[in-house]
Amino acid sequence: MSLGPYASFIVTSYLLVTVVVLILIAWIAIDYRRQMTRLRELDASGVARRSGRSAVESK
Amino acid sequence: MTLIDLANPTKFLSLTSRILPWLAAATVILLLIGLTQSAMAPDDYQQGATVKIMFIHVPNAWLSMFVWGVMSLAALGTLVWRHPLADVAAKAAAPIGAAFTFLALVTGSLWGRPMWGTYWEWDARLTSVLILFLMYLGLIALWRAVEDPSRAARAAAILTLVGAINLPIIKFSVDWWNTLHQPASVFRMGGPTLDRAFLIPLLVMAVAFTLLFLTLHLAAMRNEILRRRVRALQMMQASQRSA
Repeated sequence: MSLGPYASFIVTSYLLVTVVVLILIAWIAIDYRRQMTRLRELDASGVARRSGRSAVESK
Repeated sequence: MTLIDLANPTKFLSLTSRILPWLAAATVILLLIGLTQSAMAPDDYQQGATVKIMFIHVPNAWLSMFVWGVMSLAALGTLVWRHPLADVAAKAAAPIGAAFTFLALVTGSLWGRPMWGTYWEWDARLTSVLILFLMYLGLIALWRAVEDPSRAARAAAILTLVGAINLPIIKFSVDWWNTLHQPASVFRMGGPTLDRAFLIPLLVMAVAFTLLFLTLHLAAMRNEILRRRVRALQMMQASQRSA
């Protein structure tokens, strides 16, 4: 597959999209871990939800 | 589980944890198919291989508007129905929409340089998409600036609905004004003007990117619900200590 004289523009475009999408995925994954860590800390400190369920419980 | 059950954040979290792995898998599979088809697509007789930029530029451009559309529906949910998940949905979508809009602008610029001879032109399509990007950033800043979530939700919902005026301007800018950007070639009266060799990979990539958005959006909504739960518990903890 030859990309011709403008290969650098094509490759840069695809690389940029890949990098931005990976950053989005990493940001969301890190944010999830951070929130779960905070909830576990709150759970360990004895704070309970109004429903009486554990802070980390999702069901 | 009925639709009304989804108004309950806890039930929504339970549903999300079940469907996210399937959505993520479908996204990866469709992206691999789309990227393979894009790589194998022939060169355009005028644009040569740079036509391959279209397969990532156009899905990002579509999603930049689609995400604002989703946020506008969520804004109605906040203002009219006061749905508990509406603001969560809008707030979670904004950074993802901003990222897609940024990618549409930059990949368009990288496509424009070899085809038009310039990275940027202040024409109606490019300028209106830049305004959309700035509106995304403004909304994100608004949510961060207002500490009370319910006040932030109402302000953001109003701003989102006002900003929705920009969507038809973006869509029809190429018809209403004389622009450097090409007119619509897929969603137009009379059907697509693209050859099937380009149309099929483009549509596969568009569906793949839409699934990518849905996956990221559901995961970001889950995070936002957890963040609000953390905030509520921290406030409860603070009030217990002061009592």
